[in-house]
Amino acid sequence: MSDVLSAPLVVEFPFTRSLGPVQSAFLTGLRERTVLGVRTEDGTVLVPPVEYDPVTANEIRDLVEVAPTGTVTTWAWNPAPRRDQPLGTPFAWVLVRLDGAATALLHVLDAPGPDAVRAGMRVRIRWAATRTGAITDIACFEPYDGEPDDSEPAPHTGEFTDPVTGIVTPARLDYVHTPGRAQSAYLTALEDHRMVGERCPACRKVYVPPRGACPTCGVATAEQVEVGPRGTVTTFCIVNIKAKNLDIEVPYVYAHIALDGADLALHGRIAGIPYDQVRMGLRVEPVWAGAGQGSRHPDHYRPTGEPDADYDTYKELV
Amino acid sequence: MRDVAIVAFAQTAHRRRTDELSEVDLLMPVLHEVLGATGLKANEIGFTCSGSADYLAGRAFSFTMALDGVGAHPPISESHVEMDGAWALYEAWVKIQTGEADTALVYSYGKSSPGRVRDVLTRQLDPYYLAPLWPDSVALAALQAQALIDAGATDEGALAAVAARNRTAAAGNPHAQLAGDVPAGDYLVHPLRTGDCPPIGDGAAAVVLAAGDTARALCARPAWIRGIDHRIEAHGLGVRDLTDSPSARLAAERAGAFERPVDTAELHAPFTSQEVVLRQALRLGDDVRVNPSGGALAANPVMAAGLIRLGEAAARIHRGESDRALAHATSGPCLQQNLVAVLEGESAHA
Ligand SMILES: [Zn+2]
Repeated sequence: MSDVLSAPLVVEFPFTRSLGPVQSAFLTGLRERTVLGVRTEDGTVLVPPVEYDPVTANEIRDLVEVAPTGTVTTWAWNPAPRRDQPLGTPFAWVLVRLDGAATALLHVLDAPGPDAVRAGMRVRIRWAATRTGAITDIACFEPYDGEPDDSEPAPHTGEFTDPVTGIVTPARLDYVHTPGRAQSAYLTALEDHRMVGERCPACRKVYVPPRGACPTCGVATAEQVEVGPRGTVTTFCIVNIKAKNLDIEVPYVYAHIALDGADLALHGRIAGIPYDQVRMGLRVEPVWAGAGQGSRHPDHYRPTGEPDADYDTYKELV
Repeated sequence: MRDVAIVAFAQTAHRRRTDELSEVDLLMPVLHEVLGATGLKANEIGFTCSGSADYLAGRAFSFTMALDGVGAHPPISESHVEMDGAWALYEAWVKIQTGEADTALVYSYGKSSPGRVRDVLTRQLDPYYLAPLWPDSVALAALQAQALIDAGATDEGALAAVAARNRTAAAGNPHAQLAGDVPAGDYLVHPLRTGDCPPIGDGAAAVVLAAGDTARALCARPAWIRGIDHRIEAHGLGVRDLTDSPSARLAAERAGAFERPVDTAELHAPFTSQEVVLRQALRLGDDVRVNPSGGALAANPVMAAGLIRLGEAAARIHRGESDRALAHATSGPCLQQNLVAVLEGESAHA
């Protein structure tokens, strides 16, 4: 059996981003099936548009409308679509220079296979059925027979009713987190309601929870030392604002607790005593969350009833 | 300008997974190795700078855990870049140039094994136009490879030869993850096959920099940084000519790479096609020994692979196997950002 724990870790975040005038016009335009570019001072039309000239860094606001048809400048065939990519069937990644534009847009092309794709092929936008003002309003590109339209792109005000001014871009990444040897040993001991720290071979300090290294000496720690279960409050604060999704009545006390035998205070909630009677030096012991398996952490700490610890015994840990 | 040299380099054996190791466990052996090589104690280092990425670990401020390994208490002068460690080395070099430090410890690490690195790297892309499409790192490299093929700059056979040459060289590198005869494999994203792509793995690296006589005291043959520069291109892929790397060329020019020939080049080219672009942009002829370590095609610990190129080039100078070497690091899709350093041994052009 491996001593190292692992667990799924999902990181999800719906980033909310505001759009400047150019990106707002471009993404609102996609919602309305209108593709806008921006013209730089030297007359180059950039699609997708940016707010600052990539060459001069000057602000640019001169919007023009380009065609929903274009030419593939380069491509790559993706035989195995990954989660969240625009198409669920094999597709080509493409850079497409839309008719009227001088630069290319990255998107995907729905095609039967790599033999059906080449640089120079003509394509057109397939619009998404539901459009919200996002790059994904272009569902994909599809092959198209028409010749390039060489006409000059028409100026566009960039004004639409109900413009999109922000986007929400959800993202999810999946991990399997492995905390390593030291923290695995700590978590495994918690299952038996024991707390295990590690002693630095150089300075002899005991760290809990152990992180595998002494931050003072910069060397690995390995010698396991059981600490607590009793400890001393070294400092504390009184929490008056109820946290979302947290079933703890306020006010409550959050404290740093130096477990007996440890050279680093850890933190926990103090209960079983009125909040305004908690004090530095108070002797406490853990009360475990639930019982048996799955009860891997103290729910809170409560007073032991012992006399308070003398300040000199814990002053180095405050 | 102060004379600054790389005086020590260490790297881990790069592996597909290192579940039993936390980041600091991964890092400590290389930190101790470079300190041991110089005889410096952790508290004698003037400046410490690291490179890593939270998205690889899936945890905010993940680099703070690694700081335990450098003896960060009592407080040290320290900084971090959310980039490859090559850029941390650049920051440390600047710090030494200011005169605020005479020595610097630079390290970086990356564990790709906890997540799916192709997906993770999409999060460094433009969040408005690119990231919502989830174009993964192999897909973007494949667009560049196809552009090169269409331009007549390479073909699939030539790319396979790049892979074979790097991995044959890696047979002599005990740290390499992938070495020797590696099959070309299936298309991952056409035209790139698995053999054209780097291995996914975990690893760490560290170097020590020192100025002037301090460097001479710490190392028999310091690898002097004669020039170092880094440049970036527009983030819009469709704005760039993907068959060229003007940023790499400009960085090399500013680093003095074109003033005299180099004998060795360590290129950070995770994909075979990127070596084609870089050889041309950096004007490397067939007489230059490119990636004697096997390069990123043999081991690609994300966020450390660029620093390793600087370290490998320096180590060859330390061993007397090179007199003047070019080291290159890249970041971002399709060689968007490039760093070039020129390293020399003491008597290269006395
Ligand atoms: Zn210690």
